[in-house]
Amino acid sequence: MTAQSAHTPAGQTWTEVIEPRRSIWNLRLLEVWNYRDLLMMWVKRDFAATYKQTILGPLWFFLQPLLTTIMFTIVFGNFAGLSTDGLPQILFYLSGVTIWNYFADGLTKISTVFKDNANLFGKVYFPRLIIPLSIVISGLIRFGIQFLMFMAFLLFFVAKGHPAVHPGLMILVTPLLLVLMAGFSLGFGMIISALTSKYRDLVFLLAFGVQLFMYATPVIYPLSSLAPQYKPYVMANPIAPIVETFRYAYLGTGFFNWGSLGYSFTCMAVVLVAGMLIFNRVEKTFLDTV
Amino acid sequence: MAPMPTANCQPPTVIPYSMSILSIKVENLSKLYQLGQVGTGTLSKDLQRWWAATRGKEDPFAKLGQENRRDIKQESDFVWALQQIDFEVQQGEVLGIIGRNGAGKSTLLKILSKITAPTTGKVFINGRIASLLEVGTGFHPEMTGRENIFLNGALLGMSKADILARFDEIVDFAGVAAYIDTPVKRYSSGMYVRLAFAVAAYLHSEILVVDEVLAVGDSIFQKKCIDRMLSIVNQGRTVLFVSHNLSSIRALCRRGILLENGKMVMDNEISKVLDYYASQNIFFDTEIDLLPVVRERFFGSIRFARIRFAHNPFQFGQDIAFEVDLVKDNDCHQYDDVDLGFAINDLNGNRLLHVSNRFIHKPISFSHPRKTVRVKLQNNLKGGVYALELFLRVNDVIHDWLKEHIYLEILEGNPYGYGQSDLIYGQFIGSFEMEETGHEG
Repeated sequence: MTAQSAHTPAGQTWTEVIEPRRSIWNLRLLEVWNYRDLLMMWVKRDFAATYKQTILGPLWFFLQPLLTTIMFTIVFGNFAGLSTDGLPQILFYLSGVTIWNYFADGLTKISTVFKDNANLFGKVYFPRLIIPLSIVISGLIRFGIQFLMFMAFLLFFVAKGHPAVHPGLMILVTPLLLVLMAGFSLGFGMIISALTSKYRDLVFLLAFGVQLFMYATPVIYPLSSLAPQYKPYVMANPIAPIVETFRYAYLGTGFFNWGSLGYSFTCMAVVLVAGMLIFNRVEKTFLDTV
Repeated sequence: MAPMPTANCQPPTVIPYSMSILSIKVENLSKLYQLGQVGTGTLSKDLQRWWAATRGKEDPFAKLGQENRRDIKQESDFVWALQQIDFEVQQGEVLGIIGRNGAGKSTLLKILSKITAPTTGKVFINGRIASLLEVGTGFHPEMTGRENIFLNGALLGMSKADILARFDEIVDFAGVAAYIDTPVKRYSSGMYVRLAFAVAAYLHSEILVVDEVLAVGDSIFQKKCIDRMLSIVNQGRTVLFVSHNLSSIRALCRRGILLENGKMVMDNEISKVLDYYASQNIFFDTEIDLLPVVRERFFGSIRFARIRFAHNPFQFGQDIAFEVDLVKDNDCHQYDDVDLGFAINDLNGNRLLHVSNRFIHKPISFSHPRKTVRVKLQNNLKGGVYALELFLRVNDVIHDWLKEHIYLEILEGNPYGYGQSDLIYGQFIGSFEMEETGHEG
């Protein structure tokens, strides 16, 4: 079969051909760009839904990390007596929670994209990648709000002249850290979304998995507190350098080197591409199995 | 009777399309669906199934009695939703796609809309294609009318600039200008639907694929929608139109294709296709067995088994009389106070009348396995074909609901003595009081 059949009139052109299978390498990123208005509208929709449908509304954005931080301070800081590298406990946990949440929230939401949008996907065509992207972007707004709260605490301790707290110039790499976290939550989220589209009960395991992942990342403990034989294992986790760098930049204590960040970046690129390929594959067959 | 918008019922006489340029070319298109699920849908169930299989036990999730379901044979797990479909659509042409439920219309639209991929074959498209399988896709109740216009438009593939350029027209068409900055959750359902249709109606695309959307809204708005569709047609845009509403298909399309069990059985002038379809699917039987009819949603323990008309067709003005047999499942339940209702609709789906035993305080109770109810109704219908809808409800629970399976015909009559009954609009009332109460001069 060719695009120009024998009896097709001269001058006939086709702008598009629908075929059984597209190459999985064809991610159609140009199309995603053409739908950028939809991306922004979807972020807005996500925000309207979160703001207007809960009683506490935007207050929840502050409360959630604050309560987690208080809980961590009591349980890990006081009862368990874990080290915080000499940093004020509130600041130590809040910094970890703020950067970690951006990753974990995005991951959790992206993981159920197919389940949550089955009806929409059955009614209208658009590049499905828009939805995970919109989750990452609206997560950024949420991160911004939580980051402001973190900054308020940070300024308080700086003003008080706490000896261990001294933010450095490395805060300039914050955008890079966010890109890394966004890439990881997109990549891992899309891989898991492919699994949850087939096995819906994996969603229950997910919350547990994210929790475990957090313990494998230096969120509630500093890397420096680990025994030397465990350090390589934790540093093999590509999220670990991101959290440590974030702390190093804003609090002045923590682990940082460009090599580790480069490692994170490479891992992120691999996970992201794998996620997009898998997502692209599932997107096409998903509606025929549900 | 709903007066038909006569001016718009005629197919447009002048369609400015070039005879040679095609908008769509469908080649050997097929779609295979796998019945049921390969997995059970949850990991734990798949593991249980695997555990049972390794111990040589029965599959714990196999459905019992699956083999004697309905009349279809279950030899294979695969079903061809579409098989070797070939057709072409010229630029500016309006093609109607007709077929019963399950004939493959929705699958065809989903492939054309890129929602699902074909199994074999290709579709060549010339121009931007916008599809409208549902109105108000993605609408969020918390967002204002304005925000939803932009969101819905973006979902349908319009850019922000496209929408801005048409914004006033959209608001004007929907008639919601005063509430445009109000969250749509405060809209009445009519306003909501009007706004949703309006966005789609002003889509800027060369090809428009529409499914059933005209079945929403009140009759005035439906007429407005049809007019809008006609003006889209007259702009030279290509439209593919699927609807159960045969008269709107007749009004909009010049050509139609008929699908049956996934195959294309006809591709011809719309009137020929519609006549053939009606002759195949509308039977004026005096007796219809209702048990084999596949119910879509409601299937309670009591249901309609059979209907017998005294006549079919009925004479003009002749009482509509029929008997329905009801059956009850083998449970010891006794049903008091059954609500047995029926309705008569025209072929556009407009409800003309609605009757229930409760209106005349005739309670129906049900304790035996079988029961027959006789109905006689004054015939106020003008000549034509109508659908009879049957409805069975107990304590607000719907047990059976037959929507589009029973048709009856009323012949034309001569109520004036000199003129045909087709001059009548609305209902025909054959019995009322009128007397001369005096005269002057």
